Amino acid sequence: MTNTEIYDKLKAAFGEKIGEWHEQSGGEYMKRMSSYADITDTSYIRDVCLYLRDEAELEFDSLLLLSSVDNGDKTLSVTYHLESKSKKHFIALKVTVPIDNAIVPSITDVWSHANWQEREAWDMMGIKFLNHPDMRRILLDEDWVGHPLRKDYKHPEFYRGMKVPY
Amino acid sequence: MGLLNKQDNPFESSNIIITGADTLLNWARLSSLWMMGFGLACCAIEMMAASASHYDIGRFGVIPRPSPRQSDIMLISGTVTLKMATRTKLLYEQMPDPKYIISMGSCSNCGGPYWEHGYHVLKGVDRVIPVDVYVPGCPPRPEALLEGLIKVQEKVRKQSLAKTAV
Repeated sequence: MTNTEIYDKLKAAFGEKIGEWHEQSGGEYMKRMSSYADITDTSYIRDVCLYLRDEAELEFDSLLLLSSVDNGDKTLSVTYHLESKSKKHFIALKVTVPIDNAIVPSITDVWSHANWQEREAWDMMGIKFLNHPDMRRILLDEDWVGHPLRKDYKHPEFYRGMKVPY
Repeated sequence: MGLLNKQDNPFESSNIIITGADTLLNWARLSSLWMMGFGLACCAIEMMAASASHYDIGRFGVIPRPSPRQSDIMLISGTVTLKMATRTKLLYEQMPDPKYIISMGSCSNCGGPYWEHGYHVLKGVDRVIPVDVYVPGCPPRPEALLEGLIKVQEKVRKQSLAKTAV
């Protein structure tokens, strides 16, 4: 299936919960990998993922990538790139949340390899994932203050007695 | 070493070497600088290249040791993150005296490409532990590392039991 066909199928199943389709320009590969569908209701992302995984026609068995973006307008986004190894098709989904209430449902119970990628999104961008089994920092130490990939992040002067700026 | 033979008067035979205690000890130490076997980033690849047969750091008596307790020299081969800096300091403190540090590459010299925006990088390993020789480069070629090692050997050669190090 092409990804617009998958989008139409999602739209038929979830209706208003699925937002616009963002078609990206470029070659066939770019179109396939970077076009994405908005999920307007963030709390539905897990249901959408479950549907994509379990529907016989879709059979998305793999989460390729879970990444996060600071959009710079007080919102954060999480992008899900999904692949079906058996059906050989792709789709990307995107949810957007306000920066001061950045909570997204976890999809760890849908694809278990979302676990560490969600922890990374929490560590770097400060997006909390609801019902995640182990919501700790993954790269930085536990006593680190702040989330360094946010655009409003201020570098600390000292960390454990070590001077940080050059 | 078989300096003395079993004759009653060893001075009658030719099997004798006369040398200073400092010279002998320094020669022994600089010819067997065992190094801590650990690498931090891409400089470690050059360190491995220097250890392999083309450059053969072993001909200078450098043997990688798996324990800081058996090491004389520590190669800081790569980016020292703030998380790693505390561990590096601990490893340094576990090494027995006399101990020497080679800071290899721009990252451990001064932060390298991460000097401005690297929130997680220590801007120079000399903020945590004392460095004897800095090897510039990003990463330095194995020849440069060998040059740095020879500089450490020169330093060891000048040391004395009676006086403090020059």
